[in-house]
Amino acid sequence: MAADSTATLPQGRRYTGAIITDKIADIVLERPMHWGYMLGFALATAFTVLLGVAISYLFAKGVGIWGVNQPVAWAFALTNFVWWVGIGHAGTFISAFLLLLRQHWRTSINRFAEAMTIFAVAMAGLMPILHLGRPWFFYWLIPYPDVMNVWPQWRSPLVWDIFAIATYIIVSILFWYMGLIPDLATLRDRARSRGKQIAYGLFALGWRGDARHWHRFETSYLLMAGLATPLVISVHTVVSLDFSFGLVPGWHSTIFPPYFVDGALYSGFAMALVLAVPMRKVFRLQDFITTRHLAKMGTLMLVTGLLVAYSYLVEVFNAYYSGDRFEIAMIVNRYAGPYAPVAWAVILCNVLIPQALWSTRLRQDPRALFVLGIVVLVGMWLERFMIIVVSLTRDFLPSAWHPFYPTFWDLATLAGSIGAFALLFLLFLRFLPAISMSELRKEARQRPIRVTT
Amino acid sequence: MSRHESLYALLAEFAEPTALVRAAHASRKTYRNVDAYAPYAVDGLAEALGFRRNRVPLVTLVGGILGGVGIYALQWYTAVIDYPINSGGRPLDSWPVFIPPTFEVTVLVAAVAAFFGMLALNGLPRLHHPIFNAREFDLASRNRFFLCIRASDPAFDAERTRTFLASLAPLRVIEVPA
Repeated sequence: MAADSTATLPQGRRYTGAIITDKIADIVLERPMHWGYMLGFALATAFTVLLGVAISYLFAKGVGIWGVNQPVAWAFALTNFVWWVGIGHAGTFISAFLLLLRQHWRTSINRFAEAMTIFAVAMAGLMPILHLGRPWFFYWLIPYPDVMNVWPQWRSPLVWDIFAIATYIIVSILFWYMGLIPDLATLRDRARSRGKQIAYGLFALGWRGDARHWHRFETSYLLMAGLATPLVISVHTVVSLDFSFGLVPGWHSTIFPPYFVDGALYSGFAMALVLAVPMRKVFRLQDFITTRHLAKMGTLMLVTGLLVAYSYLVEVFNAYYSGDRFEIAMIVNRYAGPYAPVAWAVILCNVLIPQALWSTRLRQDPRALFVLGIVVLVGMWLERFMIIVVSLTRDFLPSAWHPFYPTFWDLATLAGSIGAFALLFLLFLRFLPAISMSELRKEARQRPIRVTT
Repeated sequence: MSRHESLYALLAEFAEPTALVRAAHASRKTYRNVDAYAPYAVDGLAEALGFRRNRVPLVTLVGGILGGVGIYALQWYTAVIDYPINSGGRPLDSWPVFIPPTFEVTVLVAAVAAFFGMLALNGLPRLHHPIFNAREFDLASRNRFFLCIRASDPAFDAERTRTFLASLAPLRVIEVPA
């Protein structure tokens, strides 16, 4: 067994199924916690507590603790919602769309990207519920034969939204869990303590690697990928329709579905990079999540970023081409009004700075990609804010105009949701394999992965 | 079964997936109750065991159709019959706006059917299986490939089957107690 040990591997040696399994499973089963992990965990827990406090206070007092007003009834909660759902999209894109396109390099990044999707959509799902005013009645959106004899209004995109988001999170969880089943069986077989054997064993559902089971598993996995791909496009399309069905200048536009889906992928690739760079370093996974993987995600970020830039341009063009004075006023207000710094920060973060990705050297530099990822995430959050809030502050009648300023509780909810997302992700890294062992075993057999560090 | 009450099966362990596929082909000439176990989906292995009818796509299709038709019918019934609302003078049966939920629920039920259909057809979840009685079977989820001939096979004979498995050049032949 000495040859299969992960302790010292000579450079250039080829990874076998055994070494891959040991290396990834040991992160969960054996390896002591890294100080960086402990620090991140402490920070994430602190911010999760803040989220809990913010939500408790909201439930006690109502949405008045936020900066919302008339006409800005949709502010931080909806901005956070759109931003978080968007972040999830890249995970599904990586795991489902790239699977259908037979992009083999996706194998070592799909698992954590799917986890990112689930946690991001969980944060997203929280926001509209918190914003409802009477959040305990959120289930009224679901069609069920109630004693009031009332049914949902099917002509409202807000009702479509609950179908889209609920479907998205359920399908994402099933897809993720299904991929995990064989890996949970591996953890069950490798765990040394009885407690872990039973826990992983129960979640592995008795998976034993039967060839017929594998055959059905692969078919099912491929079908789910085929279903998830159009689903992910539909989700942010429906989210965008929440806005474009409204008559507010800056919302009422046919460009919204592709504009939103593309921005979603953009922010999602940024988040994937922000998570992947520290993860591969702390857990020493550089041989599996290589600079090539990071560079490809960087390229995808550049492409989606260019499409986002194009959308900004088209919005301005459409306003002037339409000749509609309210549309033109909206653009002037956006780029020269009281919230102009937001719009120019969006241009800086989403259009100008990411052009650095044209450099091949920079695309292979994990630190630079990490920083660019953060810049794009900030830019995309501000973009959602610009579209939702800035458009609402000034609509048709100047007498109805009103600015929006966030309160402490707005900021606490946003920061807390980031903390809770990070906490969930860190727990995932601790208890589940961050890379699909079964897929990587197969991949390594077809295309050798060599030891470089 | 009667002759081999203490034995569930004989296992041959291989280091290579190609060796397992070859062995599976060879075993099918004599035996019917043959299983193969691998740490990942080996292409062609299920076919080598005579696996033909994969019903997962059918289950998924049926799920999708039921979901789509069901939610469309619900929308039509509630909007036209049970709870008609005049929304800006639009027709009650405004089918284009029924499409987004129809699409979402089609995907939802199809995916749920694909997942649970796969599990059900595989006979999972299952708390225990006799194959786990073999201590060495732990490696099936790591790096080893196993061919399993069950004692319930009409052609099974502890000695002859062991000789046959040994002739396939495995790493070792393992007895799985019942």
